[in-house]
Amino acid sequence: MKITNLLMTAAGASLLASTAMAGSHEARGRDGHVNLIYWQAASIMNPYLSGGTKDTNAASMVVEPLARYDENGNMVAYLAEEIPTVANGGVSEDLTTITWKLKAGLKWSDGSAVTASDVVFTGGYCMDPDGGCQQIGQFSDVTNIEALDDVTVKITFGVPKPFPYGPFVGQETPILQEAQFADCTGVAAPTCTDANFGPIGTGPFVVTDFRANDTISLEANDNYRDATKPAFASVTFKGGGDAAAAARSVLETGEFDYAWNLQIAPEILVQMESKGMGTVLSSFGPLVERIMVNMTDPSASLGDERSTVAHAHPFLSDINVRKALSLAIDRPLLVEVGYGKAGKPTCNVLPAPAIYNSTANDACQVQDIAAANALLDGAGWARGSDGVRAKDGVRLSILYQTSTNAVRQDFQALIKQWWGEIGVETELKNIDGAVFFGGDQSSPDTFQKLFADVEMYANNFSGTDPEAYMGNWACSNIPSPENAWLGMNMPRHCSAEYDGLVAEMAETADIATRAELAMAMNDILMQNYVIIPLVHRGNVSASANTLDGVALNAWDSELWNIADWSRK
Amino acid sequence: MFNYTIRRLIFTIPTLLFISFVIFFILDTAPNDPTGNLPLTIPPEVREKIRISLGLDKPMFFRYLLWCQQFFVNEPLNMIEQWFNITIGDGDRLRVQSWATRSPVVDLVVERMPQTLWVVGMSYVVGIIIAIPIGVISAYKQYSWFDQIGTFISMLGFSVPTFFTGLLMIVIFSVNLHWFPSIYDTTHKVTDWGSFVFQVKQMIMPVMVLAFFNAAQLSRFMRASMLDNLQQDYVRTARAKGLKERVVVLTHVLRNSLIPVVTVIALGVPQVFGGAIITEQIFKVNGLGQLLIIGIQGADIPLVQTLTFIFAVLIVLFNLIADILYGLLDPRIRYD
Repeated sequence: MKITNLLMTAAGASLLASTAMAGSHEARGRDGHVNLIYWQAASIMNPYLSGGTKDTNAASMVVEPLARYDENGNMVAYLAEEIPTVANGGVSEDLTTITWKLKAGLKWSDGSAVTASDVVFTGGYCMDPDGGCQQIGQFSDVTNIEALDDVTVKITFGVPKPFPYGPFVGQETPILQEAQFADCTGVAAPTCTDANFGPIGTGPFVVTDFRANDTISLEANDNYRDATKPAFASVTFKGGGDAAAAARSVLETGEFDYAWNLQIAPEILVQMESKGMGTVLSSFGPLVERIMVNMTDPSASLGDERSTVAHAHPFLSDINVRKALSLAIDRPLLVEVGYGKAGKPTCNVLPAPAIYNSTANDACQVQDIAAANALLDGAGWARGSDGVRAKDGVRLSILYQTSTNAVRQDFQALIKQWWGEIGVETELKNIDGAVFFGGDQSSPDTFQKLFADVEMYANNFSGTDPEAYMGNWACSNIPSPENAWLGMNMPRHCSAEYDGLVAEMAETADIATRAELAMAMNDILMQNYVIIPLVHRGNVSASANTLDGVALNAWDSELWNIADWSRK
Repeated sequence: MFNYTIRRLIFTIPTLLFISFVIFFILDTAPNDPTGNLPLTIPPEVREKIRISLGLDKPMFFRYLLWCQQFFVNEPLNMIEQWFNITIGDGDRLRVQSWATRSPVVDLVVERMPQTLWVVGMSYVVGIIIAIPIGVISAYKQYSWFDQIGTFISMLGFSVPTFFTGLLMIVIFSVNLHWFPSIYDTTHKVTDWGSFVFQVKQMIMPVMVLAFFNAAQLSRFMRASMLDNLQQDYVRTARAKGLKERVVVLTHVLRNSLIPVVTVIALGVPQVFGGAIITEQIFKVNGLGQLLIIGIQGADIPLVQTLTFIFAVLIVLFNLIADILYGLLDPRIRYD
């Protein structure tokens, strides 16, 4: 009955549209209903109050930023007329201001006009110190946001910003409607449940029913700026279950049209795909699974100085040991075991976008146990009677920690075996993700404290500019008790040369020079073996064969172009 | 009996307060972090601000008292306001808010209640309907082939976990036969015959998986209780008086045997509200059990605290109800 109703609505809509303009095959809502499954259910539709990918993806169907990244990582103007640059005068010569112009005639889904003051309001909403805004990082160094007229917004930064596309670009920082959120700023932000569950947006769909952590029902936005889109009249965004069940519902039973984030055993995906109902898609952003080597001593006996720069690591401070650890790893095998289509071996911590990918370290793709052994022999690490190497009473015995996750535990077991072959003893430890990645000061098991010799996890950056990401390994970002263990320089790597490159990049606007600097930084980290990259990981999703227009995007929301989706 | 009930009810208050504190203490000391599941692209300073905005910088005892005020004062007042459509005070009270969804926890619970009650509740009812006849026949014809098969099946039902039977059913009926959906649609509304059929189709697998498990347990209780009673003197007396076998078994023995079974059933009711965490997850029913799991994974402490406390209240209450029922059903038992 429901489907019949929808078809009727769609038919009605198409009739209206066809009299007005395009033929019925181009009318909004012509393709009926589409079902999406995100096995991690969406909790909220306001990206400023949730950094979770599932939530920002869900919200991206409703609220939109000034510009997005397309599937190749290029910026595309959405609500803005064009992308401001120094060349077109949108970015000031001194790189401290950026001026955006909105498209003419934009409307919110309630029919009111989108104005520059909505953009100004959104900036203020996130920058309110009491609001707990989770995207505040995108607004770093912003000193002022003002409306020059109804459609022009000027953002001023306190320092020159060679890449001024933090605020209002990408799925994390869409524009909210001032009229709806006016009473929801600061401490009131979390109390506006209705607004947070059903924001008024400019996107192709509007929320009709929001069930937190369960299902979102949406229908086409009557005021969407393109009268022929979206092709679908309604969307169901279902959450719950697990990745395998989500994959099954698209690839085997055909109940759903699109499933997100299918991190499951590669051979199972291949088997499901062989039923011929859908296709497994993958796309690669900058996500890299890596081993962070602790350059400081994590022994418990050091008390408060544990894993701080006060004490160098007894054996990992020897570059030969670090290099041998990297040489012993068979990266192509790790990809095959853990990720299949969704992974590529990598020798860089910054493998994407393509212009930033260094080729200086590609030798690591080939495992070389013999060379690793020779290196350790040459450095004086001799094998003891138990097969474990030692020098001056220091044994090569490593505590290797990571978060609890089937693939990571497989990796740990494989790497432990390879390290065993070069005379390094490894003890494995895994910690629940919410604890490991959580910042609980009282827990000794956080990835920032790194009370272990090495740790493995994956990280990336949002958008396409690696400046802030590469800045993670500057001396000032070393986590320590003094800064409450905040900071992402897990290896505790510190070099004047590296810090110099970080400072230089902050002042360089030319994209080619920026790429050279980023590659140089990457090469320092790689050639010092303080970070051992393993796998360049992609996003994996599945789409039904009847769905057309899906362009899997690793740089923005996977649903970034849902307005263009249609039924074949 | 009345005095006993009142006494027990009063005694539950300190018990529940103590339970709520223990739950809060355990959750608070768990090394879990509400920002732990956020993408790593969110910098640590921002995480710290988020934690402060959630009130995590306040001392634990303060947060416990705040929760108590929200749960025991603000929520009931809010409920009264909604039921009677009135405003008490300024009507602007802070309710227990979930950290992940930033919405009142009680509203989430109310939203989840229908699917949990329908699926888990129905499975309980179906389980009882299956279990009682099996238990009766198994006991009456002890060691017959029926009893042997019944014993075997209930052993299977009891020992094979629901995540196995659930997946097995999905593979057979959804993937291969395409009879039933593998994903439960919580937004589905029954308006006519067609939508009713759909509702039955989407409920049938989760209900049967759980019913099988429940029936396995209950049928064993029923059988044991029947066997006890069949040996009693009053049964021989009834037969000696020339009563029909049907009357002896179904009227005399069954009624007496049901007393302990009813208690077991009453004690199991809180589980219905607790949802079936694993089954809900497998069939994507998204009821209370799934809500709890998401809350635990996301370190959504107010949500987990409130849900576990509601379960605790139900368990304490149904224990009391079971005791009272026992007294009502069996006149030999008196509490005063």
